[in-house]
Amino acid sequence: MNPSDFQFVSQLLYKRSGLVLSEAKAYLLESRLGPIARSHDFKDITELAVALKGDPNGKLSEEVVDAMTTNESFFFRDQSPFDRFNDTVLPNLLKARAGTRKIRIWSAACSSGQEPYTLAMLLNERKAEMAGWNVEIVATDISQTILDKAKEGLYSQFEVQRGLPIRLLAKYFKQVGDRWQIDQGLRSQVRYKMFNLLDGFGSLGKFDVVFCRNVLIYFDQKTKTDILDRMAQIMPEDGYLYLGGAETVLGISDRFQLLPGQRGLYGLTDGAAPARKFGT
Amino acid sequence: MKSCLVVDDSKVVRMVARKILESLGFSVTEAADGVEALEACEAAMPEVVLLDWNMPRMSGLEFLIELRAKADVRQPSVVFCTTENDMDHIQRAIAAGADEYIMKPFDSDILESKFTQAGII
Ligand SMILES: C[S@@+](CC[C@H](N)C(=O)[O-])C[C@H]1O[C@@H](n2cnc3c(N)ncnc32)[C@H](O)[C@@H]1O
Repeated sequence: MNPSDFQFVSQLLYKRSGLVLSEAKAYLLESRLGPIARSHDFKDITELAVALKGDPNGKLSEEVVDAMTTNESFFFRDQSPFDRFNDTVLPNLLKARAGTRKIRIWSAACSSGQEPYTLAMLLNERKAEMAGWNVEIVATDISQTILDKAKEGLYSQFEVQRGLPIRLLAKYFKQVGDRWQIDQGLRSQVRYKMFNLLDGFGSLGKFDVVFCRNVLIYFDQKTKTDILDRMAQIMPEDGYLYLGGAETVLGISDRFQLLPGQRGLYGLTDGAAPARKFGT
Repeated sequence: MKSCLVVDDSKVVRMVARKILESLGFSVTEAADGVEALEACEAAMPEVVLLDWNMPRMSGLEFLIELRAKADVRQPSVVFCTTENDMDHIQRAIAAGADEYIMKPFDSDILESKFTQAGII
């Protein structure tokens, strides 16, 4: 792939998704765009680049963005964020929202669904306590391909063995050939939607808890700041934000502060101090 | 150092499991079937048992049922590790008192993840 094509495609990717591709990752572009070029009967990636230049906002560039996303995810990823959800975040919200009995959760880069389904399972495990509550899980991603997989809820043996307790596999999945499919009931509890984090959040409404995990790492500083600042605007003052294990708000946004003693769990700066309920 | 008894009729599997477990800081002992495993537990009760299903003389499930029936012993965590990878086997294992269940093939990531879920590490 020649340097000017690389320049063009990585620019297009950045503009459309915020994903930053360093030149050291040129090989990634080659290996992931090859199959797209072939499926459209282009001779090579250069021809694909020509077609993209002719129609930079069309279906083809959507395919390119889709192909360049990294979709790795696990059930109960890193474990402790979900332990805290269960033992602190959710109990706090059950108290704070006793009036409306309504909680909204956003999985903002949900990939193949492990994150929203982990939350759906945790909520189901507390069914009795949650009776009469309306908990909405909205799960979004920029990749339609990965959203289709999420909706299907069908996972390989490998995928269900990383992080998912066997008791929950036995309770919420059924075996389909050599794969495992999550219950229809749980699938219908998650509302999937294709959504680009670069777009305005206005259409989504407010969220009490936002999971924005392992996606900011792919963006540059400016994009991270922009996304976090806008997330702050769609959260109530006692809302919670989860970031991934390698992500931080430090030096990026002053709208959020780490909750005392926590890793990857944030509240709004000067918010309704969910902090005090974490008292260290 | 936590102790783990690896029960499998395959010497190769026992060796692979031993390597992974030792790297996780376990002291490892081995048994080749359910009968040997019961004897090993009699001699020194391990903290964890990594357990195959299909073995000569006594299966993993039979071993587990006998083990869980023992009163007055400190019960170890039991993690199945087997090629039996269907829901029926999984449910029977849980009913018999297994803490976790690994479907072969496994690797160190899966073993570590399962041990974490079972609260072993
Ligand atoms: C590594 S996955 C993270 C999955 C999950 N949150 C987790 O922590 O396991 C990153 C996801 O971010 C999505 N993504 C990348 N850029 C995006 C954007 N601009 N808007 C929305 N999603 C995006 C990718 O499609 C991918 O599925």
